[in-house]
Amino acid sequence: MSKSTLVSTTVNGDAVEFACPTDESLMTALRDRVGLTGVKEGCGTGDCGACSISLDGRLVCSCIVLGVEAEGRSIETVEGLSQNGVLHPLQQNFIDHAALQCGICTPGFLIAAKALLDRNPNPDESEIRYALAGNLCRCTGYDKIVRAVQATAKDMRKKGRS
Amino acid sequence: MAHNNSYVDKKFNVVGTRFNRPDGIDKVTGKARYGADASAPGQLVGKVLRSPHAHAQILKINTSKAEKLQGVKSIITFEDLPDLTGADQGMADILENCMARGRALYDGHAVAAVAAIDEQTAAKALKLIEVKYKKLPHVTDVDEAMLPTAPIIHERIFTRGVEPKPTKPSNISSRTEMGNGDVDAGFAAADVIIEHSFKTEQTHQGYIEPHACLASVNPDGTAELWVTTQGHFVFRNVCAGLLGLDIAKLKVTSSEIGGGFGGKTHVWVEPVALALSRKANRPVKMVMSRDEVFRATGPTSSTSIDVKLGAKKNGEITAAVAELRYQGGAFPGNWAMLGCMTAFACYDIKNNKSIGWDVLVNRPKVAAYRAPSAPMAAFAVESAMDMLAKELRMKAIDLRLKNVAREGTLAPYGPTYGPIGIEATLKAVKAHPHMRAKLKPNQGRGVACGFWFNIGGQTSTDLNIGVDGTVNLAVGTVDVGGSRSSLAMIAAEELGIDYENVKANIADTTSLGHNDMTEGSRGTFSSGMATIYAAREAIEVLKQRAAKTWGIPLEDVSWEEGHAVATGKGHGNLPKLSLREIAAKSGRTGGPIAGHNEVTADGAGMGFASHICDVEVDPETGRSTIVRYTVVQDAGKAINPDYVEGQFQGGATQGIGWALNEEYIYGEDGRLQNPGFLDYRIPVCSDLPFIDTQILEIPNPNHPYGVRGVGETSIVPPLAAVGNAIANATGVRMGHAPMSPPRVLAALDALDAG
Repeated sequence: MSKSTLVSTTVNGDAVEFACPTDESLMTALRDRVGLTGVKEGCGTGDCGACSISLDGRLVCSCIVLGVEAEGRSIETVEGLSQNGVLHPLQQNFIDHAALQCGICTPGFLIAAKALLDRNPNPDESEIRYALAGNLCRCTGYDKIVRAVQATAKDMRKKGRS
Repeated sequence: MAHNNSYVDKKFNVVGTRFNRPDGIDKVTGKARYGADASAPGQLVGKVLRSPHAHAQILKINTSKAEKLQGVKSIITFEDLPDLTGADQGMADILENCMARGRALYDGHAVAAVAAIDEQTAAKALKLIEVKYKKLPHVTDVDEAMLPTAPIIHERIFTRGVEPKPTKPSNISSRTEMGNGDVDAGFAAADVIIEHSFKTEQTHQGYIEPHACLASVNPDGTAELWVTTQGHFVFRNVCAGLLGLDIAKLKVTSSEIGGGFGGKTHVWVEPVALALSRKANRPVKMVMSRDEVFRATGPTSSTSIDVKLGAKKNGEITAAVAELRYQGGAFPGNWAMLGCMTAFACYDIKNNKSIGWDVLVNRPKVAAYRAPSAPMAAFAVESAMDMLAKELRMKAIDLRLKNVAREGTLAPYGPTYGPIGIEATLKAVKAHPHMRAKLKPNQGRGVACGFWFNIGGQTSTDLNIGVDGTVNLAVGTVDVGGSRSSLAMIAAEELGIDYENVKANIADTTSLGHNDMTEGSRGTFSSGMATIYAAREAIEVLKQRAAKTWGIPLEDVSWEEGHAVATGKGHGNLPKLSLREIAAKSGRTGGPIAGHNEVTADGAGMGFASHICDVEVDPETGRSTIVRYTVVQDAGKAINPDYVEGQFQGGATQGIGWALNEEYIYGEDGRLQNPGFLDYRIPVCSDLPFIDTQILEIPNPNHPYGVRGVGETSIVPPLAAVGNAIANATGVRMGHAPMSPPRVLAALDALDAG
């Protein structure tokens, strides 16, 4: 086994340490060493978005980031979306709008959609479609996913005003 | 207990409404466990060494260096998977596909496998295995493989279905012919005849979750397999057969499945993982890379199809002939036969003939892909229908309606149709606002139809009522698209209780009788039928307990809206008993209350759909963009309309990807050039508009609720719907799918030049 490096990072608000070989992807480190299997592997080459995470607020495919690059940074995964047992509005709307079938792409879509809504609370359909174009879904044809994101944006704007 | 499967028209309380799926929360929070999300104490990582050659003799495999690498716990070749298949050639093919036996038959064919303590060690060990190959001539194109000069893939293959029996082996495993009437007389009576040839390229199901499993075999022959599959009971039987294990001692648990679409109906690495585990005496986890998924699982056939249609001036089609050539990869399949069966199934054509050729090539063993073989046949036939309409100066939709199949039509593949929905879908298309939406320059509209049989099959279901009145429904058909929700709805409907009080689960193979795969759009149809019957058995028990509680005869008890009601004379003052009240006392009235059903679900209703596609073609680049898309399909009865719509939209999108972009590209060397999602491009969110859907409900007479399968038909029409739209936008008839920008541009250039 190749030599490992100790990595100190923050995951979903918690301080986390893991040791991983220098050529190991952050996706593998999060799945196999931190136990966050909500980070999904679909391709391993940054083409499907199933492993999407937020790294210091930036949307990335964790399969093309090295585990050691997480040193001193802040990671958000799907496991950190719900707070105190309350689903994030995106999570609830994905369920309510039947925006998932098999669900393997769902964690990545939620992270990507959250990244969009964080920077643009009022995206039009086209902006949603381009923001999610890095995430592949093979079950839904994206129809209900886009509707779930539209509904969430509307809900969150309404809530923001109240 | 005998059950009647006849459709009964009734008012539903739960069925037909929209409920959230029970697995939703786990899937949006990352808790759901898929194939790669399990682990076991002491587990090893398994990896496969694959052939880099399209066709090669394997002269020698030297594993000695790899064995010496620290951390390597087992290495297997075909010698560790002895052939126990007896005279079962189908099983022998599966075995050989899982691990090459002396010859590598395609780029990616497994040659050896390693289990080691971690990923890095396993990868290193693969590099230390020395394989000496002798390259052999290869063929990857379906038409070339049929030539007498083509390299022969299996010397044992002599074409079936031809007389006299061939004396030489070939790559044509079988010829199929079917049809009705006299096509020669039909063409003689025609005023107009059109003929055209079509090609479709090989596509992959493209599920986002790669194949993954965790296998553990003990020295006493007991074993466990956690796996992403469309059918864990079938995987159990196949793996047990290949490994020489007892069926009852191999426990297979289906994980959540990250998409299958037919591709997870076959075993690939699972027997390898079990063999590695058996040799190492430790659990072995295997996860395929995306490259392996493309190169070495089961994509669908590439095809070459000729169609000839003859019609009278009034549009009556007098004769139809199709000749269909489908490659099944390096092993024989019956894919062309399915193409023959579906080609003209939407129409009532008195004289029709379909000839199918199943062909072997040096590509991976083909697996089912959503309505397998039907989309290619429909691409050819539905394109030809538009060409015929143009020749006849008829509206394409009116030509279809003129010849449409109805109840009583003799289907080309044998049966006489009962009530079917194709005419209704065409009429709905004709009336749809989409047909009146204005088209802009470079835009065109196409319509196409599609058919899929749908199947039933072996199914087993348990329904157990808890003392608090909540219900566990254990089913054996893997939930690939939301069936746990629809099955729980069916149980709630029958029992007369709230949906929230039913929890549906997928049981492992030790907990339930055999279930066939979730394939053929059978999940909700057949498990739904078994759930209805299991619930009705449970209701009988509930009534018995009520009768006992009241001290009255059973025949004086009826079940109404979740309650036992005393109906006989003199019982008028007995207050009705709820399911919950009866369940609470079950321990004192005879024990647990349950219902079970084992059934071979017959009478799956055929699925028909008509799609409308608007496309815009960029004349400078040849790129086609879908502007509008509408799916109209007969669902029989939509249990949960959300997920019926989801099936329609997902199937249509896969068909659009096939129509416009997706294809396996092989190099001259016979190696796959694009085994990744970057170069094998499936539709992304920004490629598509909203996919409109219209659910029609023409009840299936052979299901208590009228359910038909809905999962597959939606992938059948899109290739031709897109092709017809492109033809109407540009005047160019595309005979080769995918109709990718280079192909469309070349056709436009040829039109300009011509």
